[in-house]
Amino acid sequence: MNNRINLTIDGKTIQTEAGKNLVDVAKENGIYIPTLCYFRELNPLATCRICTVKLNGRHTTGCTIKVADGMDIEVNTPELLDNRKAIIEMLYAEGNHFCPSCEKSGNCDMQNLGYDMGITVTRYPHVFSDKIVDFNPKRMIMESNRCILCKRCVEEVKTKDGKDVFSFVQRGVKTRVHIDYEQEEKLSESEALHAMNLCPVGAILVKGMIHEQPFGERKYDLLGKNILPKVTSVNNNLHKKENEKFIVATTSLAGCFGCHMSLLDIDTDLLDIIEIAEFNKSPLTDIKKFSKRCHIGLIEGGCANSENVHVLEEFRKKCDILVAFGECAIMGGIPAMRNFVPLKECLEEAYLNGVTTEIGAHIIPGHEDIPKLLNNVYPCNEVVKIDYYIPGCPPNAQHIWKVVKSILLGEEFSITHDEFKYD
Amino acid sequence: MTFHKKHLPRTSLMDVLWEIQRKKRHIGRDDMSKIAQQFNMSRMELEGVITFYHFFHRRDCGKYTIYLNSGIISRFSGRKPVKKAFEDILGIETGNVTEDGMFGLLETPCIGLSDQEPACLINFKPFTNLTPEKVADIISSIKKGARLSDICDKPKSIIYYTPSKDRTVFFKPYTTFSALSQLKDLHPEELIEIVKKSKLAGRGGAFFPTGLKWQFCRHNVADQKYIICNADEGEPGTFKDRVLMEEHPELLIEGMIFAAYAVGAAKGAIYLRAEYMYLKEPLENLLSTYRQNGFLGSDIAAKIPFDFDIYIHMGAGAYVCGEETALINSMEGKRGEPSTKEFFPVQKGFLGKPTVVNNVETLCAVPRILEMGVDTWLQIGTDKTPGTKILSVSGDCPNKGIYEIEWGMKFNDFLKLTGVEKPKIVQFSGPSGDCLSITPDEGKTLRSSQRKSRDYLTDQEYDRVISGEDITCGGSVMIFNESRNILQIIKSFSDFFVAESCGICVPCRTGNFLLNKKLEKLLHGHGEKKDLEDIKAWSEIIRTTSRCGLGQMSNNSLLQAIEKFPEEFDRALSDNTDFNKAFHLDEAVAEYDNIINELTSDYE
Ligand SMILES: Cc1cc2nc3c(=O)[nH]c(=O)nc-3n(C[C@H](O)[C@H](O)[C@H](O)COP(=O)(O)O)c2cc1C
Ligand code: SF4
Ligand code: SF4
Ligand code: SF4
Repeated sequence: MNNRINLTIDGKTIQTEAGKNLVDVAKENGIYIPTLCYFRELNPLATCRICTVKLNGRHTTGCTIKVADGMDIEVNTPELLDNRKAIIEMLYAEGNHFCPSCEKSGNCDMQNLGYDMGITVTRYPHVFSDKIVDFNPKRMIMESNRCILCKRCVEEVKTKDGKDVFSFVQRGVKTRVHIDYEQEEKLSESEALHAMNLCPVGAILVKGMIHEQPFGERKYDLLGKNILPKVTSVNNNLHKKENEKFIVATTSLAGCFGCHMSLLDIDTDLLDIIEIAEFNKSPLTDIKKFSKRCHIGLIEGGCANSENVHVLEEFRKKCDILVAFGECAIMGGIPAMRNFVPLKECLEEAYLNGVTTEIGAHIIPGHEDIPKLLNNVYPCNEVVKIDYYIPGCPPNAQHIWKVVKSILLGEEFSITHDEFKYD
Repeated sequence: MTFHKKHLPRTSLMDVLWEIQRKKRHIGRDDMSKIAQQFNMSRMELEGVITFYHFFHRRDCGKYTIYLNSGIISRFSGRKPVKKAFEDILGIETGNVTEDGMFGLLETPCIGLSDQEPACLINFKPFTNLTPEKVADIISSIKKGARLSDICDKPKSIIYYTPSKDRTVFFKPYTTFSALSQLKDLHPEELIEIVKKSKLAGRGGAFFPTGLKWQFCRHNVADQKYIICNADEGEPGTFKDRVLMEEHPELLIEGMIFAAYAVGAAKGAIYLRAEYMYLKEPLENLLSTYRQNGFLGSDIAAKIPFDFDIYIHMGAGAYVCGEETALINSMEGKRGEPSTKEFFPVQKGFLGKPTVVNNVETLCAVPRILEMGVDTWLQIGTDKTPGTKILSVSGDCPNKGIYEIEWGMKFNDFLKLTGVEKPKIVQFSGPSGDCLSITPDEGKTLRSSQRKSRDYLTDQEYDRVISGEDITCGGSVMIFNESRNILQIIKSFSDFFVAESCGICVPCRTGNFLLNKKLEKLLHGHGEKKDLEDIKAWSEIIRTTSRCGLGQMSNNSLLQAIEKFPEEFDRALSDNTDFNKAFHLDEAVAEYDNIINELTSDYE
């Protein structure tokens, strides 16, 4: 027993065996160090950087630390917690993660870390880089949009004769994982499934094999803790006289109105809301123009055309607080999938060549009264400042009203894990 | 299919790729299939290796491939008209190949000729001090069939400054083989003791004590050990290793022989950056001379006779391969990604064996220390950093070139030597190093308009000292004068890191990309105060979470510049608003307008 050692994690003294992996040691002692790429103790990959901790005052990855006597380790300092959150946000900004239409949603490790950390929006602008979806392999689909380059598949999936199936190509921001078709054919069905399950996100798919659990029963629907988004500086922004009702405006930009439908889902609770709030410009009231300054504006959808931009800018000017609700408002959502297709092709597909266009269609409408399409679909916060975000596609009605009410009343609130969803 | 065919060792992969690249100017599909088979790897893995290095091309890059330096020094030395001359004469834009496949015009980061910019490499032959006229001459000579080796320049070794004769270490005459005679009297342990006593520390930038590194390696028992000379010199602005290898390659080889003897290594390699391809042949010839004289090969004469030989491994265009673990991966024929830092190379290095990686200058110092005696060496320089340091000086000063200075030289004295007038920024150790401001502090010095050149003694930074105790310089010193815009310089550094990130970890590959966008926003005058806060916070995240030194140090200069040139950043920023100033509706709808206009004019 002479390899027993002592170390401290966040000030807590822990006894364990020398040489064990820090992530595992921490876990055994009830301290959770989140990871994405870590899946084996031997030769950890240390690509994702999420487990970054401080060892004797210096930053390093937890998964590469073999514990030794006297180590002083910090895991959950505010700085380290924010670093982790920042990395997940950066992964969201760099990839094209449309959770509402993703096969892995609900079973995705990265999405779950997003929930755990209460991420409502990324602090970084979305890169929207064009990444391919490769359907060519015999059995698999490589969805590069979702790949976080954790390298698990590269290191782990080999053919029987020892060749790589997945490889990193290019470098820097252009780095991608590609599949070697010839080697992929050699994999057995179960090896292919193993690759899919190994991927922490939904980048590797096996054709015809989709995760089958319904909503509410997926891996991470069942696990998880409550989320505590922060309400900050509310009252600085809000210009309300006493006795006055809260004035609310809502709009749907490039969205599907699903978020507005969800607004109505609170049923009779709406009566409570009417007690403290009145609606101004909104599809719910059919008031088309602002007739007064509002305390809060709810925005559904991102900006796809010039009119969206005008409306959003007007909302920014007329409302004390702006809330983006729904994935489309937060990151562009499904409409932003067109950001990878040249605008001309989009128009031709819609008006000339699409399956639903009439034979002989030859006009792409253009008129000064028709709003102009933007080169890309923009998340709202890339056009104006947004104060709060409510994720979901659509967000759950309880979630929306809980947030809105708490913002207006300046109260802290928590969201349950099953209310907080990106899909 | 033949099953018994022996596969080639992965360590020779890059040589094979170079052979094809040189012969065919690209590595095509058929060749790839063949190579993949020879090396028993999947095609896609091979593609991954090829696309990692920017001098390997998947598409034809011209019979004559021209690489222009894209760095800031080249830009400030008048690259624009030179680039335009190339483009006009060849009739192509940079990044393309002429229709007849004769010329490819490409860009690459610093090529190690910063004292002779604008410069370019044509099929890796150097052409320096370019002017539009010279460009026209070069192209027409090539078209007339001149041989590149006849018309290219021999890069000059401009050694501008050395200390007094008795205090110079590197740049003075040396009699080949002379230090090696000491092998007969020294036990490896004694040699290590001398190097330890000399306090020699790594000159590649990390300043790790060399004697200690050798000792660690010696004490790791293994059947094979390796000595690698890091001649990847990729830090923009530096060219000291180039000049050392041109002027005193014998010091380098002898340094490696000493290192091998000290740690018990039988094999050595020089990892030479592709930009210095023209040094390969002379080095190889010299290695033969050493072999012929019994100083390389088997049974080298020493107190304990030993075997040792050296080969040259060519890099292929990746700054990150200067990082020692990436360098080792590259030598193993893999993508040059830095490893996880679980082990040091002296524990598990090349092919998993204990390996010493040392910089050119570090190795060159060893025979000199032995020659002059460690006690004499300790008399030179400062207590913590004895000896001299080689600096590569470039930028806005008349006296560009190599400075061998004694550690401990006052920064101010150094500046005077360079002859710079109205300096503003001195960038030490390249983009990831230190950004020194020469802007006078309020009240302390004369205003810049009143300032007479070369006489500015009172600023704080002037009193700083170039030494291990203060400004520890890796080798690159880039000087910028008052006319230069700090934001432009910083943006160019950022471009460099974006291009050179290996892509393994998200903070470096995408964090730097996003920071670069922010800097662009500032440069265009769309920045707000909150953008500066973002820049600082994001830089900190990149620093603390990146895997290797490239990411960790990528924003050193940016943060220092913000601190030291607050007025310039303030000038670029406006007050916070609720609107994103970088978003312009007219720009966002321009593409749509074009499409509609094009369509309506079609109908008419
Ligand atoms: C991004 C990066 C680039 C580097 N480039 C070089 C280089 O070009 N030449 C060099 O000698 N060291 C370079 N280094 C330092 C090496 O990793 C290593 O510390 C050095 O070669 C060790 O030799 P030394 O102890 O003699 O300095 C680089 C380090 C990093 C992180
Ligand atoms: S579920 Fe996971 S992989 Fe799928 S889009 Fe969301 S974050 Fe990306
Ligand atoms: S495909 Fe999946 S497993 Fe492979 S690197 Fe990308 S995220 Fe990781
Ligand atoms: S910091 Fe940059 S260069 Fe270094 S490993 Fe990470 S991505 Fe690669």
